Amino acid sequence: MELTELTITQAHEGLVKKEFSALELCQAYLDKIKNDNKKINAFLIINEDLAISQAKKIDEMILEGREMPVLAGIPFAIKDNILVENIKCTAGSKILENYIAPYDAQVIKKLKEKEAVILGKTNLDEFAMGSSTENSAFGSTRNPYDLSRVPGGSSGGSAAAVAANLCLFALGSDTGGSIRQPASFCGVVGLKPTYGAVSRYGLIAFASSLDQIGPLTKTVEDCQIVFEAIKSEDEMDSTSVKLNSKSEILNPKQIQNSKFKIKNLRIGVPKEYFIKGMDEEVERVIKEAIKRYEELGAKIVEVNLPHTEYALPCYCIIAPSEASANLARYDGIKYGMSNVKSKTSNLLDVYLDTRGEGFGAEVRRRIMLGTYALSAGYYEAYYLRAQKVRTLIKDDFGRAFKEVDAIFTPVSPTPAFKLGEKIEDPLKMYLSDIFTVSVNLAGLPAVSIPCGKVNNLPVGLQIIGKPFEEEKILAIGKILEKA
Amino acid sequence: MITKEDVQHIAKLARLSLTEKEIRKFQKELSSILDYIEKLKEVDISKTEPTSHSIEVKNVTRSDEEKEKLKTKKEKLLELAPETKDGYLKVKSIF
Repeated sequence: MELTELTITQAHEGLVKKEFSALELCQAYLDKIKNDNKKINAFLIINEDLAISQAKKIDEMILEGREMPVLAGIPFAIKDNILVENIKCTAGSKILENYIAPYDAQVIKKLKEKEAVILGKTNLDEFAMGSSTENSAFGSTRNPYDLSRVPGGSSGGSAAAVAANLCLFALGSDTGGSIRQPASFCGVVGLKPTYGAVSRYGLIAFASSLDQIGPLTKTVEDCQIVFEAIKSEDEMDSTSVKLNSKSEILNPKQIQNSKFKIKNLRIGVPKEYFIKGMDEEVERVIKEAIKRYEELGAKIVEVNLPHTEYALPCYCIIAPSEASANLARYDGIKYGMSNVKSKTSNLLDVYLDTRGEGFGAEVRRRIMLGTYALSAGYYEAYYLRAQKVRTLIKDDFGRAFKEVDAIFTPVSPTPAFKLGEKIEDPLKMYLSDIFTVSVNLAGLPAVSIPCGKVNNLPVGLQIIGKPFEEEKILAIGKILEKA
Repeated sequence: MITKEDVQHIAKLARLSLTEKEIRKFQKELSSILDYIEKLKEVDISKTEPTSHSIEVKNVTRSDEEKEKLKTKKEKLLELAPETKDGYLKVKSIF
């Protein structure tokens, strides 16, 4: 087996048993990136020297017989909106083209402690705004399954890198589906943790009440390992939550080995997620996956999420509103691009010209929309109304979860679409997130698990859980992986 | 449809310079997105409280003291600025 085809557990065992060195493992990935990244454009920045020196350090650890954390020597990639000290962080934007991160994000700090090896930074829609990675200022990423198609977005570079074996795992961020939708399009596992489970410190903010960092991996087990490593309460993120280890969590081994446990599982399927306009083949693949659980003994229950149709319009107000406030910081004064056109430019000119040229079309569209929704006279009609609808969407899930352990839905209404197919029509593009945004509004954990293919393009099943029940939805996902 | 003046006003609030072509484009695009958002008016929210975060959040405070750790970062942060003078950020005149 090629070194680049291993899972985290397999690579860890190989390192511990000295079947290969951390340097060999790292070099195998760097070589593959050199070879394949030109056609996929998953990586924006490749961190060769640092990766090699990190790998050498791991080999010394092994030689000294020191205990190896499971992620030690494991090469991974990072979405380029997560800060790594002294490495460029562009957020896929011209405005941060030459920005060097002055500190590590909390998730990076944690992964460095576990001695994981940083390969580089991956492509994304500018400031994570988009569903195809076509909004990057540094060119589109392509889907490894079909180079004429998008990898999804906004964590398209991370999903494509995992799918094309350019890294062992990757980090992404998810505001409205940005981990799950590209995971579905690229046939990898992608987890959006519960809001508050993972610190957002060092994540370039898009919509702060919705953003979460999460893993994209080859297997569910790898996903559990990475989530375990990055979750934490952090004094630098006041919305991060101390995870209660005493909460009722099914042991993954129990659930996976025992038919009895599966028999106790109640799975909710909301009819609002099987709508007109959905690709029929995608619907068939999702329904077959649900049937497999039924055959294994799980009880399938129809649940109602009556406010589902309002989730996307609600998101279309809340996300741009928060974005317009968050992106006010790019002013050409503190860091990033500064556009001074003439000697007579005053402060307002610097703002206008820096932001006018530094931001791409989609980012400007959302800043404009958010500014409008928050402007005098419109706040109540738009932002406040959306926040109230958000309560109703959240309550829908609360009621449904009184009856079921998990909710199954499609991740996206279609498989990966063609490059250029939706980029000219913003509303059409937003609709590819129609099944994923509710989860962010309600703050729930959800994972995309590969469950089949349509015309050789991967399709993901979305498993949504109760708050802080990541372990449970991953254990449930593992059943499908083995089936 | 929102007017050209609306778009110009929002662009100024948002501190974005726009070309004439972009103004016309935004007029069309923002209008169609706002039409789509109109859908929220169907929902009865008369008895509903707003949700700002999915989890309960409280303000976190700390005492206003200088931290050694942050002091060493100051130089690093200033290096990122386009223009500085005597340890301060330098900006263009307001007028």
